[in-house]
Amino acid sequence: MLQSYVPLALLIAFVVLNAAIMVAVSHLLSASRPTPVKERPYESGMPPLGSARERFDVKFYLVAVLFIVFDIEVVFMLPWGVAFRQLDLLGLGMLGGLIEMGVFVVILAVGYVYVWKRGALQWS
Amino acid sequence: MPLDLEHGRDLTLALLPELLLTAWAAALLLYAAWRHRDSSAQRRAGWLSLFGIAASAGAVLWLWIGGARLEGPATSVAVDAFRWAVDLIILVGAALTVLLSVHYLDREGIRVPEYHPLVLFAAVGMMLLAGGADLFVLFLGLELMSVSVYVLAGINRRNPASAEAALKYFLLGAFASAFLLYGIALTYGATGTTKLSRIGAQISALGIESHPMLAAGLALLFVGFGFKVAAVPFHMWTPDVYDGAPTPVTAFMAASVKAAAFAALVRLLLEAFAALQPGWDGVVWGLAAITMVVGNLIALAQRAVKRMLAYSSIAHAGYLLTALVSGSLAGAAAFLFYLLFYTLMTVGAFAVLIAKGRSGERDVTSDDLSGLAESHPLLALTMTVCMLSLLGFPGTAGFIGKWYILTSATGAGYAGLAVVLVLTTVVSAGYYLPIVMAMYMKPRLHEMAHADVGLPRVVRGMLVALVVALLFYGIWPNQLLTLAREGSHAFLPPHVTPVAVPFSPN
Repeated sequence: MLQSYVPLALLIAFVVLNAAIMVAVSHLLSASRPTPVKERPYESGMPPLGSARERFDVKFYLVAVLFIVFDIEVVFMLPWGVAFRQLDLLGLGMLGGLIEMGVFVVILAVGYVYVWKRGALQWS
Repeated sequence: MPLDLEHGRDLTLALLPELLLTAWAAALLLYAAWRHRDSSAQRRAGWLSLFGIAASAGAVLWLWIGGARLEGPATSVAVDAFRWAVDLIILVGAALTVLLSVHYLDREGIRVPEYHPLVLFAAVGMMLLAGGADLFVLFLGLELMSVSVYVLAGINRRNPASAEAALKYFLLGAFASAFLLYGIALTYGATGTTKLSRIGAQISALGIESHPMLAAGLALLFVGFGFKVAAVPFHMWTPDVYDGAPTPVTAFMAASVKAAAFAALVRLLLEAFAALQPGWDGVVWGLAAITMVVGNLIALAQRAVKRMLAYSSIAHAGYLLTALVSGSLAGAAAFLFYLLFYTLMTVGAFAVLIAKGRSGERDVTSDDLSGLAESHPLLALTMTVCMLSLLGFPGTAGFIGKWYILTSATGAGYAGLAVVLVLTTVVSAGYYLPIVMAMYMKPRLHEMAHADVGLPRVVRGMLVALVVALLFYGIWPNQLLTLAREGSHAFLPPHVTPVAVPFSPN
């Protein structure tokens, strides 16, 4: 059983070694002449304003979580749409597939209406 | 009523209790989204959620009495009396929680419209745990239940202890879920299926009883479920989480969450891993013994009643594990019987705590209950019956349950574990009885000590029903024992044909 993992182990070893060699070689061969300007963090050409390790408003997290939920929805819908004609669920043929996706979308819609009514989509 | 789960209509019928409760919870969530400004709407949401629970219980009874049984190949959902019995226990626990909560949320000024929908969603997850016949369905149910309860534990946002409880429960719960998933993956790798009935067939067909991958998978499953049922040494989170959560939520966690996770563990061990019983009985033996000893000894050292009840619930996880050790039908029947009355007596004890305490009830000691019998005889009687039943005093349902667990263990040759159970029960008298003594034999601390103690009429009625049930079935348990035995027959040896494995075990 373990023999089937040998190629995987070889691949991991190769990847790690490869990355280590690339970093080491570029470190050894490159010329390093640091100046204070070069050492600054790069922020799209802007002078840096302060540390990036600050506390963010909790609202960002809320938006991120909601985004993930409605993003994942599409991930489920695409393969469903591609395979729709071959679906034969619950012994009902394509209708079964339609019902299943309908249930999924209704549950999602309930969540969406709830989030909307509770004001989670308003920024202020 | 034969159900072929390959067909949509039959599958819908088999899942009717869960579907009804899900739909009702979603509707209640929408109600909460529109009406969340006043406390009367929150009360109404509580009463409405009882209708959903009643509808779901009605569906369970309809399926059980209608004799629903599986016809055709085993799928992801179990259709047997064990599932119906656990479903009913869970729904009773959820209904009692709602009854306690409606008044409690008002009193403590907790205004969270999502509370009752969350209780219902958690109950759906628990029912999936009770009825899942596939490792993935079990995992889905576990997550649905856990995520809802993480939120419920921290529902009182203004209380730091409640927030701490939620965070602790969430972090450790997520950790335990990872163990469980890894266990599922290894079990699938070794047997080539996630269906519980097929796992059992595969193990004997392939002769992989001692395969390391399977053993590792089962061990990780034990870790995941050990966390959820709060068995020692996976109990570290329990006292803090039970202590910090609002008390109705604590009752819900101690009763229903534990019941559901245990039910899934029973199905897993008796259906999928029955062939390995000579291997895992040692694990269950050790877990049960150390859980009973540690839970009871630490409970003895507690001053606060809420924390004491938390450790008492750990000790009871040990008693329930004792019912599992033999892997026999008698053990499963004893488990079902004890689970029902464990739910009732736990909720009853927390209900009295709610009547006495304020703002989290964390500081109530047994001395604070002194003289309660004089001013509030019903509450004192409820607490007494619950304490005696938790102790396993003859004449209460707790005694019959423990007796049945003991006979199932000794009957299969696990007398040592039975001795541990009896000895630790004697120890537990040291913390249950002082509460009874304080209520009946000590004078009140001062004249107004119990002036603000009280519960609304509907909760008092619930407590009367609870006490009557605990005493009645303590004396005439036969009818329920028959039902419990019927429930255990779900685990009679199955007949399934093996399938191919992705990773050849040799």
